Amino acid sequence: MAERLVKVYSRFNRIWHWLQVVLILMLFFTGTRIMGLHTLIPFEGAVTLHTLSALVLLVLWAFATFWLFTTENWKQFIPRYKGLPQVIRFYAWGVFRGEEHPYQKAYHRRHNPLQALTYLALKIVLFPAIWMSGLAYLLYTFWSPLDDQSFWLMVVANIHILAAFSVATFVLLHVYLLTIGGFRVHVRPMISGFEEVEVSAEAEAYFAAEKPERLKAEG
Amino acid sequence: MAQRAWAIAALFSASFLWAGGVWAQTGMESIVPQLSGTTADHSKFEVLRKPFASGPEVTQACLSCHTEASDQVMHTVHWQWEYTQPETGQILGKSNVINSFCGNVAGNEARCTSCHAGYGWTDVRQPAPDDPTQVDCLACHDTSGQYAKQDNQAGNPPLDPVTPGAKTITGALAWPVNLSEAAQSVGMPTNENCGNCHFYGGGGDNVKHGDLSSVLFDPPLAVDVHMSSDGANMTCVDCHVTEDHVINGSRYDTNVSDPHADTRAPGAASDVAACDSCHTATPHGNSVVGLKLNDHTDRVACESCHIPAFARGGVATKTLWDWSTAGRLTAEGKPITENGYTQGNGVERGLYLSTKGDFAWGENVVPYYAWFDGNVSYSQPDEAINPSARVEINSLHGDAGDAASRIFPFKRMEGRQAYDTISNRLAFNLVYGPKSDTAFWTNFDWAKSLQAGADYVGDDYSGSYGFIDTYMYWPITHMVAPARDALDCVECHKSDGRMAMIAGVYVPAGGMGLGGKLGILIFVLGALGVVGHAALRMVGVARRKNKGAKHG
Repeated sequence: MAERLVKVYSRFNRIWHWLQVVLILMLFFTGTRIMGLHTLIPFEGAVTLHTLSALVLLVLWAFATFWLFTTENWKQFIPRYKGLPQVIRFYAWGVFRGEEHPYQKAYHRRHNPLQALTYLALKIVLFPAIWMSGLAYLLYTFWSPLDDQSFWLMVVANIHILAAFSVATFVLLHVYLLTIGGFRVHVRPMISGFEEVEVSAEAEAYFAAEKPERLKAEG
Repeated sequence: MAQRAWAIAALFSASFLWAGGVWAQTGMESIVPQLSGTTADHSKFEVLRKPFASGPEVTQACLSCHTEASDQVMHTVHWQWEYTQPETGQILGKSNVINSFCGNVAGNEARCTSCHAGYGWTDVRQPAPDDPTQVDCLACHDTSGQYAKQDNQAGNPPLDPVTPGAKTITGALAWPVNLSEAAQSVGMPTNENCGNCHFYGGGGDNVKHGDLSSVLFDPPLAVDVHMSSDGANMTCVDCHVTEDHVINGSRYDTNVSDPHADTRAPGAASDVAACDSCHTATPHGNSVVGLKLNDHTDRVACESCHIPAFARGGVATKTLWDWSTAGRLTAEGKPITENGYTQGNGVERGLYLSTKGDFAWGENVVPYYAWFDGNVSYSQPDEAINPSARVEINSLHGDAGDAASRIFPFKRMEGRQAYDTISNRLAFNLVYGPKSDTAFWTNFDWAKSLQAGADYVGDDYSGSYGFIDTYMYWPITHMVAPARDALDCVECHKSDGRMAMIAGVYVPAGGMGLGGKLGILIFVLGALGVVGHAALRMVGVARRKNKGAKHG
């Protein structure tokens, strides 16, 4: 086993990530405007930007979901118990004592168990909650003939806002955790695509022979 | 859902048809223009080409051709001043209700029935006169512009010789009306015909409604996009369509929407005077914002955004009428008139009159908003009120849970008016009566006025009176502004916005819901966690550094 700079984040993966960053920030900025937490831009403009950003994000998510399942990448997010207690212990204790992060990234497993679990929760709970409630809100015209439509709109809106703040809390924690072990070190791979991961000799040989562009020359 | 899809498809096809229609019209223009909009020139009718000595004589001439016209009119509220509210069963109408303006018609007829669509109704305890010639055709159909009704002749016009100082119902100095000229001019009702009564309700220009003032005779575009000659140049009866002389539109039973407008066949007859009757419930176009605005129409009445304020264009409306202070006289015992409100067009409005008490006026008034399904309940003269609270002369029906209700704009009139403190019922007054010794406007004596008012209608009055604060609601439906002047979103979408008092519907930015509170709590806890975690890490770093230093 050797540590090598391997391209773990494909171009689409990185575009997905950064476009999602931009859109989520835009959605949070315009969303908080719509709910009245600030008045930096006009309400009407905020509604337009929020709606369009959401639609772009939905398209992006559709592509990303397709990509995840047509490549092997969906497997990155399968939760695993192995190593989870150690990672939790690290964040709750070890990090204060200057211990090393217990998880060693692998090419086929670039997220630590806690990360994988969190991302999975994000993908199957929070994101669906926000886009389903958002779509329900956006498509109000199709269900407004129901009885008590104003009550249900209130429910939909509150779920949407609760989910939005949960996503915002995730973003906050996500960015904070990048500072553990060096902010730049953690951000760089999502820009260049290359990250130092453990690679077996066989894999190294495979990359060298079949995918040389995925392996950065040492030194 | 299917309905909406069909509506969208229909809109697309309608736009093609419309384009075709424009083309066809353009083709028509080369044909010689029509000279007259009517097939009957009334100035050529012998029966009208003669002098008339009274209004009923003219009506008699009208009836010689329009044999059923009076019968039709006599079946309308314009004639009967009585209306049975279909939901509550209450018998309303001018001849029955007590309002927060002049109070009651009964006893004050000669003045109040000056606006009746007839002649000589001098006692509203009885139905209006049964004689077909007593219908006033000219009030609604004169287009000569010189027909008028005198303000104290129970509906009759001022005729030669006019009493010096006499006034018409619009408050203008009266002139002798030429009935023959008026009779020969008849046509469809103009805004002037309607406005001469309806713009002056409550005893003066725009006093009562707030959205119906003399400005609407010739409004600038900014005041009324429909009625302005720079706009659609429409008349009142373009919307208030009429069948058998029954004119649609009522504040006792209001059409807050026209739910079948988008499924009605093109050109099909409709007698509903609601915005969506013409504009449909999806008028805003297919932009992101347009579609979202369309989402409002099932809950927010068009008027709520498109009439940003009422009493626009320079004529104020009365917003408060306090009868309790009426009757104060000068040291010499003379009645007082105090002006002090100069309205936009420069005209002075009174702030105190001995005859009527204290007033407040408003222009460009922000409406009061409430859920409204179109029905109202009145505090009827025979029902007890609760004197410990403000009394709603008419209370509005409707709520968020009712799909037929809309958030609707109102003028909320504040009143203070007389009531019987023993029976807790609104009191009838007698105010008008130049020669009586009981009328308030002649004698300034409440005890006599209220006793005489009660006696006149046969009401059981204790003789003990006080004054009660009231609200009265007037739906705001006129003075629709051009689209560019419609309310900005933020007028409602802010914490203390126009919807602040509206319950039961989610108003973004109108206040934080449970989701927002919980969400922010989660976010704050997350942030605190980050700060705490970072602090502990720094403590750890410092401690290790210290240790390292000691060891070193």
